[in-house]
Amino acid sequence: MSLMLIIVTTALVNNVVLSQFLGICSFLGVSKNVKTSASLGAAVIFVMTIASAVASFIYDLILVPLDLDYLKTIVFILVIAALVQIVEMFLKKSSPAIYEALGIFLPLITTNCAVLGVALTNVQDGYNFIQSVTAGFGTACGYTLSIILLAGIREHMDEDSVPGPFKGAPLVLISAALMAIAFMGFSGLAI
Amino acid sequence: MNKYTERIYNGLIKENPSMVLMLGMCPTLAVTTSAKNGLGMGLSTLVVLIASNVIISMMRKIIPNEVRLPAEIVIVASLVTIVELATQAYLPGLYKSLGIFIPLIVVNCIILGRAEAYALKNPPLLSAFDGLGMGLGFTFALTILGIIRELLGAGTVFGIQILPASVSPVAIFVKAPGAFIVLAFMVAIMNAIGMKTRANKMVEGCDGCCASCNSACSKKEEV
Repeated sequence: MSLMLIIVTTALVNNVVLSQFLGICSFLGVSKNVKTSASLGAAVIFVMTIASAVASFIYDLILVPLDLDYLKTIVFILVIAALVQIVEMFLKKSSPAIYEALGIFLPLITTNCAVLGVALTNVQDGYNFIQSVTAGFGTACGYTLSIILLAGIREHMDEDSVPGPFKGAPLVLISAALMAIAFMGFSGLAI
Repeated sequence: MNKYTERIYNGLIKENPSMVLMLGMCPTLAVTTSAKNGLGMGLSTLVVLIASNVIISMMRKIIPNEVRLPAEIVIVASLVTIVELATQAYLPGLYKSLGIFIPLIVVNCIILGRAEAYALKNPPLLSAFDGLGMGLGFTFALTILGIIRELLGAGTVFGIQILPASVSPVAIFVKAPGAFIVLAFMVAIMNAIGMKTRANKMVEGCDGCCASCNSACSKKEEV
């Protein structure tokens, strides 16, 4: 499977939020304005790509040769949690500007099920190292795309008059549903 | 009502994790395509939740405060692996339809949330009942959502034909957008009858899910 196809599939066809339902918490919680969601998206792209690489590396070189692949859930969650901590410390030292922009979102990403979900899906699909990194990157781009789009919609919804009970969460969920319907159109791209 | 039944009432009704606290939204939306899947996911989570609450509560005096999150995650991940292997062996059909969401019970906010909020402060038996109550509440909510979506989207409930064959079901309800629509209407109904939920706080951010989201938010307020 070509790498381009993996990116299109993970970012659009199987969009991580709108068709896989991973990372719903942050999708609904951090989508109030475009700027914040864009920085969360950037942080997710950063962490998810690295996490996919590290998880694939550990799985292929340590877990499979030792016949320990049933431990993958435990190993992946710990590796991701540790990785986020390391990335946070590294960014704090090396580039305070990026840390300022992404820092507050990094702890949130540890428990974002999308990161663990991608690592596990890569293994399930039998992706090699390069394919896993590509899939991680593609999935994160899909996440960023959908959270920015939702934030764009929500910024315009403030002034709209909606029936009382639908104010707040229900309206956000309905917008997400309409986006999900639009994204279903991409399923024609799947092979 | 003694304190044990109070825990179950609390989890099932008063602080229902899916409907009132809005925790664990990913599995709530993803696996409720049918009543059976909702029930299966609910029960798997229930098992992990009771076991993790009991173990964490028994170890609450040994675990140092600084490393409590990693310790809790290891305990929960081990339990999830056990449940995953057991489902794979004895219920292969369910294992296939729940797919990646069984290992993802690890990052379900309800489990770490209850460990942090309850099991770390209370004795094992009481924590077991808390886990049972919360787990039943989660199972209840997922099954209801599953029944609604399956009925509207396929005309069946637990695989049994309910709607007459002349009524053609609205397939979108068992697809991804249906999950958002059904949840939106449920929250809207609860808003209309004046039931308090955290749904509206959740979309405002900073009141989202779990322990580490809260810490992320408290940092944000300082900035």
